[in-house]
Amino acid sequence: MFKKFTAKEDIHSRTNVKSSVQRGLKTKLVNQFPKLEEVIDEIIPKKGQLIVVKCTDRLSLYTMENEVLFLQRFDDPFIPSLRLVHKYPTYFPSVKVDRGAIKFILSGANIMCPGLTSKGASLPEENYPVGTVVAIFAEGKDTALAVGKMAMSLDDVKKVNKGIGIEVETHIGDGLWSLDLD
Amino acid sequence: MAEEGTKALSVLYCGVCTFPPEYCEFGGTLTKCKEWLKEEHLDVFNELYSEDSLAKATEGLSLEAQEKVEREIQKLQAKEANKAEKELKKKLASKVVVKRVERSKRKHVIAVSGVEVFGIDPKKLAKTFASKFATGASVTKNAEGKDELVIQGDVGDEVEEYVTSLLEEKGLDGIKVERTEDKPKKKSQQ
Ligand SMILES: [Zn+2]
Repeated sequence: MFKKFTAKEDIHSRTNVKSSVQRGLKTKLVNQFPKLEEVIDEIIPKKGQLIVVKCTDRLSLYTMENEVLFLQRFDDPFIPSLRLVHKYPTYFPSVKVDRGAIKFILSGANIMCPGLTSKGASLPEENYPVGTVVAIFAEGKDTALAVGKMAMSLDDVKKVNKGIGIEVETHIGDGLWSLDLD
Repeated sequence: MAEEGTKALSVLYCGVCTFPPEYCEFGGTLTKCKEWLKEEHLDVFNELYSEDSLAKATEGLSLEAQEKVEREIQKLQAKEANKAEKELKKKLASKVVVKRVERSKRKHVIAVSGVEVFGIDPKKLAKTFASKFATGASVTKNAEGKDELVIQGDVGDEVEEYVTSLLEEKGLDGIKVERTEDKPKKKSQQ
């Protein structure tokens, strides 16, 4: 999704987020990712200045000290940046794809169900409804390589096992990963 | 690996390709990445490129299975990209029309059309307006067969303001809310 993303062409404005809005935002983030409650004040400290960067295609980047923390399209659910997931890997819903899926993901493809259900992959027992934002890990790797959104529920991924299971929002090496906000 | 006083892990990134070193193999600069890692973080280098972990890496899908998956992905990708682009273009090219219609000399209604394109439910909006302005509001189909929300009373300014704020909430602040006026024929000829 960030194939052609550049700071020069795609960033339209930067605005400081008011502290009252910042508080509301933190509440929303914790609602979406309940585990974050424990670390939200660490990620967005009370005294920290959050900046919202508005970009092409109604994309907002929530940044602090020139690092993207979360992104949001329109008023869709928040998506944590990969570097944030790397810092807090256990605070988001997650799946693990098989090794074969890695190179497809890194070339910008969405994740097909078989990449999630094969022997090398691993999925949690619980269901993730459609639209759940998930961190994507890979067989044999410790760090996440992408963040995506369930295109079908996780139960359906297991049952139907066909078509796109997860839409990839951002992956290591894409335009957002290499974005320099300085 | 956590720093003191924080739950955040500190993650090592490759000085050459910027990926976490375990993903360097998927970039185009593996030789250089390995040189860098050996120089800077010998422990990580040994861990990653020992014979043991290399053997693991060659497991996985058969070539045939990979090719099949690849074809399926490419087809679906193209289809999806098309769809998303069309939807966005449609949104950005659309507008909301707030029309003031004269029903009799001193009676006006406001007709709003085009909101459904932006994911706003006309019926829900009618309910909001009905209670907000303590007036009647209903949804009918207009001449083009599209939903039209009709509010009793001369509340065009308030309607425009509310619809604009609703669009802004959805991150759609560039969308035009157009104001028009519709007078009975007789009058306009005078
Ligand atoms: Zn590297």
